[in-house]
Amino acid sequence: MSAASRRGAIAILGVGQAGCGDAGGRSEQEIVADAAAQAIRSSGLAKSDIDGIMTASLTSPWWVMRMAEYLGIRPKFSDNTMHGGSSFIAHLHMAALALEARECNAILVCYGATPRSAPSSSRVNAMRAELDPQLYEHPYKPFNPVSSYALAAARHMHQYGTTREQLADVAVAARKWAQLNPEAFARGPLTVEDVLAAPMISDPLTVRDCCLVTDGAGAYVVMRSEDARVIHPKPIYVLGTGVAHWHRQISSMEDLTVTPAAQSGPTAFARAGLKPSDIDIVELYDAFTINPILFLEDLGFCRKGEGGAFVSGGRLAPGGDLPVNTNGGGLSFTHPGMYSIFLVVEAVRQLRQEAGARQVAKADTALVHGNGGVLSAQATAILASSL
Amino acid sequence: MAEQRDTSDAAPPLCASAADKTYLAHLATGAFHIQRCDDCGKGVFYPRAICPHCGGQSLSWFRPSGAGTVYSTTTVRGRDRMYNVCLVDLDEGPRLMSRVVGMDSLDVKIGLRVTAKVIETDDGTPLLVFERMPT
Repeated sequence: MSAASRRGAIAILGVGQAGCGDAGGRSEQEIVADAAAQAIRSSGLAKSDIDGIMTASLTSPWWVMRMAEYLGIRPKFSDNTMHGGSSFIAHLHMAALALEARECNAILVCYGATPRSAPSSSRVNAMRAELDPQLYEHPYKPFNPVSSYALAAARHMHQYGTTREQLADVAVAARKWAQLNPEAFARGPLTVEDVLAAPMISDPLTVRDCCLVTDGAGAYVVMRSEDARVIHPKPIYVLGTGVAHWHRQISSMEDLTVTPAAQSGPTAFARAGLKPSDIDIVELYDAFTINPILFLEDLGFCRKGEGGAFVSGGRLAPGGDLPVNTNGGGLSFTHPGMYSIFLVVEAVRQLRQEAGARQVAKADTALVHGNGGVLSAQATAILASSL
Repeated sequence: MAEQRDTSDAAPPLCASAADKTYLAHLATGAFHIQRCDDCGKGVFYPRAICPHCGGQSLSWFRPSGAGTVYSTTTVRGRDRMYNVCLVDLDEGPRLMSRVVGMDSLDVKIGLRVTAKVIETDDGTPLLVFERMPT
């Protein structure tokens, strides 16, 4: 029986975050090292205890080697499988397999980037276009990734009557959570009207429907649960994971209203032995306002097509029925190119009652869901403070 | 039908496969071709060496009718101009990214019936686009 299907076989110990918003001139390696050091220290471990490392990068295919070298880790297990922004939740699934196979004992998962401080995003984008060409999309000059998500939003609006006001509700709810998070980059007032009136980038998405472009790094350490319990007073158990990817380009996505979360979510729930109504907190990768709507539907929190109505009226906001993106999300907290590592960090803090002003009262279970590419790759994990 | 033009303008990108080169060679003559799997009969686009539906490795080129339906659409608000980017479902089955020309991008709606044509871009390369189908 594999650990991936053995409920609670692995647990998260320490977490760390660094350089969120504006890294203040530090490089991505520097802020990743800072987050990693925090995660290792708050795990109750020393760097010499870390014998596994997992990471991914938008720019470097050798990133795991670079980070292992920089941190001075000679891993028994390493992986930099790139699932786009969902990588750092997909890594939880792979970590479970590695730990169960006893390849290693303590895995550091880390990521960071400094797009806000980067010298030139157009140079990075040109390089990525060479490395990952999309010959049948590029000639039409979509403003990606915004345009791909805009096509999904437009289709959802057409097919289900979802409105721009409902998309805006997602952004407003995230901002309200951000206002409770001292680390959040964007904390000023935001109304539905503000979102609708913001400059349109790629119809129907305005700039406020899009995530931030900011710096940040995150890290966490994961071990087998029986080992974690000895070292950390409050391990956060991984009850179930699910990973799925179906396409790379938006033009190859069969139905723009159904994402691979429809596969990863049910898998994670089945492994956890839970259903959506059992979940106290939801942390979703909100690169764009359409994303939480699609994911809440595909994960089973509401029916397909009803996501727009589900998110309206402040349901996701502080005090709402379902706490979603309690750190402010990629829309308001930070977004350094990829994001799912921050979902894990926030979920762990909530489950440990360490979230300060934004702490949710009932925080026993959390679902974290990462998205990669253009709705291409989805990874879901269900975490709990006890077994 | 677009006039034939110098094929040297359609030099394929560095990473192009044989199927990409065939597609671009047809396009350079003003013709839009896609593949059909000889095993399962389904249309295939973008071009490749294996059928994504059944795994068959025998794919033949054919000229689709050019008729399609806009599946989704967006208007990119560029710095100097706005332009259309859309996904079109060909009547033969495959979906592709393209642009609807000859009308304001904001007037392109999901469900619009369109027909394919090959144009020449400012730098002389052939590009497949769509225009509103005459009713």
